[in-house]
Amino acid sequence: MKPSRLSECGNWVLDRFPVTKFWNDHMAHYYAPKNFNIWYFFGSLALLVLVNQIITGILLTMNYKPDAKLAFDSVEYIMRDVPWGWLVRYMHSTGASAFFIVVYLHMFRALLYGSFKHPRELIWIFGMLLFVALMAEAFMGYLLPWGQMSFWGAQVIISLFSAIPVIGDDLSLWIRGDYVIADATLNRFFAFHVIAVPLVLVMLVFMHLVALHEVGSNNPDGIEIKASKDPWGHPIDGIPFHPYYTVKDLVGVGVFLLFFATIIFYMPEVGGYFLEHANFIPADPMKTPEHIAPVWYFTPFYSILRAIPDKFAGVIGMGGSIVVLFLMPWLDRCKVKSIRYRGGIFKKALFLFVVSFLALGYLGTQPVTPIATTMARLFTTIYFGFFLLMPIYTRWEKTKPVPRRLTKDQSLEEQFHALEEQLPALIEEITELKPVSTEIGHPAFKSTFFNRRPNPKGIADVISRLAIKLKGSLD
Amino acid sequence: MNNKGVDKSKRQFLTSALTVVGAVGSGYLAVPFLAQMQPSVKTMAAGAPVEVDISKMEVGQLIRVAWRGKPVWVLNRTPEVIETLKTLDAELRDPLSNDSEQPASSKNQARSLKPEIFVAVGLCTHLGCSPTFRPEVAPIDLGEKWKGGFFCPCHGSWFDLAGRVYRGVPAPTNLEIPPYRYASETRIIIGEAAEEKNA
Repeated sequence: MKPSRLSECGNWVLDRFPVTKFWNDHMAHYYAPKNFNIWYFFGSLALLVLVNQIITGILLTMNYKPDAKLAFDSVEYIMRDVPWGWLVRYMHSTGASAFFIVVYLHMFRALLYGSFKHPRELIWIFGMLLFVALMAEAFMGYLLPWGQMSFWGAQVIISLFSAIPVIGDDLSLWIRGDYVIADATLNRFFAFHVIAVPLVLVMLVFMHLVALHEVGSNNPDGIEIKASKDPWGHPIDGIPFHPYYTVKDLVGVGVFLLFFATIIFYMPEVGGYFLEHANFIPADPMKTPEHIAPVWYFTPFYSILRAIPDKFAGVIGMGGSIVVLFLMPWLDRCKVKSIRYRGGIFKKALFLFVVSFLALGYLGTQPVTPIATTMARLFTTIYFGFFLLMPIYTRWEKTKPVPRRLTKDQSLEEQFHALEEQLPALIEEITELKPVSTEIGHPAFKSTFFNRRPNPKGIADVISRLAIKLKGSLD
Repeated sequence: MNNKGVDKSKRQFLTSALTVVGAVGSGYLAVPFLAQMQPSVKTMAAGAPVEVDISKMEVGQLIRVAWRGKPVWVLNRTPEVIETLKTLDAELRDPLSNDSEQPASSKNQARSLKPEIFVAVGLCTHLGCSPTFRPEVAPIDLGEKWKGGFFCPCHGSWFDLAGRVYRGVPAPTNLEIPPYRYASETRIIIGEAAEEKNA
C-alpha cells in the first residue's frame, strides 16, 4: 500500500525529531506501579499549578508596573479596571498557596513511603532544590504588590542575611541594592520573579522527572517493581503511565480544580492567610504593622527563627531546618522503605514531626507571647530531634516482613461496602431506645413511644476501640 | 600529513590552558555582572542630612522623620522616664552601649546629647522591623516587667526608652543612634555629627 501524504509528512518529521520515541519513553511505555493511591496525585498537581502560575503570571506582567511609586496602584488597577484582571490575579495568588499545599503533601508522601531512599536520592535532592527555588520565587513575588506586609516581610527576610558574620552587611546591601528596601529592590525582585527563578524551576522540574523516569517510581509498598519482570521485560506489577495514570490524574485534577475554584470565587483571601490584610495598605517604610507574620507556607520556618533568642543562631536554625531535609536519604538508616512495613518507632516519630510542623506553622501566624515562645521552642526541639536522632532510632527499628510483590489495597467501593455492613451494628451500639410517654390529652390515650437517644457508654466504647486501633496502627 | 599519532601531552596542555583562560575570563565577566546589583551612584548620593524642628514637641511625644529612607525617631522624654532609665542596667544586655552603634557623643546612659531629647534609627537591630512606641508602664499585653519602651512586634524584642536592648530577646544590640547635632536649641540636624566635646 502506498503511504498517504499525511503519514509521509509525519515520517519526515519523525526522522528528524523523535516525538514518538519521547512519548513512548515517558508516557505510553513508561511503567508505573499499579498500586498508586491518593498520595500520588500531588506530583502531577504540582505540575498543573506550575503551568497555572506561568500563564497567569505572564498575563499579570502585562499590566503590573515594577516601580515603587506605581506598583501598589497597578495591582489595584488590575483588580478593578482590567477586564477579568481580578480573576487572573486571584488565580495567581491562590495558585501560590496551592503550590505549597500540593508540594508539602507531595513531600510528606515521600516520607511515608520512603521515596527519598536508595536508589531515588537524587530525585529527592532535585525535589528539595525545587522546594528552595519555590520558596525564593514565592518570597520575591510577595514583594511585588508593594503592600505593608510585602515591604516588612522582605525587610525581615533580607535582614536575615545580615546576621552572617563578616560579609553579612555587605551581602544584604547587595541584595537590596539600597540601604533599605526601595525601588531598586522591587525592580530586581521583579526580574528574579518573572524570569530567573522560573527558568531554574522549569529546569529542575525537568531534572526531577528525568531522574524519576530513569529509576522508576516508588509505590505505597516501597517495593522495586523492576525486580520482577515478565518475559517481555516489563515489570509485572507495572502499568503504562498512559493511559492508566493520565486518566487517573485527570480525576485528581478535577477534584483539585473544584477546591481551587471555590477559593478563587468565594474566599480568595482565606481569612488573611492567602492574602494578608495588612497587604491592602501601601508600603510605609516609617511604620511596621502591629502584627507581622509571613504567608502561611513560611510560618513553620519563621517560628523556628523566632524561637531561638539569638540573631545568628536563629538564622542558622531556620536554614538548618531546611538543610536537614536534604540529608534525609542518609539520616534514615532503615532499609525498609514504606511505612506499611516499618517499625512503630518511625511511625511515632513521623507522627510527632507532623504535629510539630503543623504547630510551628500555627504559632508562626500568632503574635509573640511568652507561652507561644516556649511552645515554639518545644516543637523546634521535636522538629530537629526527628531528623538528628533518625540515624539512631532507625537502626533499632523492628520492621515487618516486606512482600516480594505489590499488595492489593481495598478499593474505595469495598471500603464503603464494609462500612455499610457495619453501620447498623454501630448505630445500635452508640444509641439506646428510651421509653417516652406522652402527657397530652386524655389519660386513656396515653401511650409510650420508644425514641433513639445517644448512649454515652456505647459512644465511649466505640471511641476507646478506635483509639486502641489507632495506637495499634502506630506499632 | 603527520603519522606519529596523537601528542597526548600537548593536547592535555592545550585543554588545561584553555580551561584556565576561560575560567579567568568568566571571573572577570562576573565582576561587572555582580557589581551592577550594588547600590547605584544615585542611591549613594541620596543621603542628605535632615533638619527637624523640635520647638512644637510636647513632653512625652515621639515624631518620626525619614532619613536615608529609614525611620528616625525623635522623642521628648519625661523626667520620670529619665529617672527610670537609671534603674534598668541589670535587665539590659548592653547598658553601657559598648557593643552598639552610636556617635561617641551619645555613648552615655540616656544615649543622647541632651537627656530629654532622644534620637534613634527606628529599626530593630534584629531583623529590621520598626518597633512600636509603648511608653506606658505595665500594660496588660506586655506584662508587669514593662517599664515603658519600644516593643518590636515582629520577634518580640524589648528596648527601653533609650533604645537599650533587654536580655533574653532576639535583638543583639541597642538601637542605632544616627549622627546628629543641634543647629540651635530647637533645631536638630540628623546626618551631621555633633562636635565632639571630649575632655
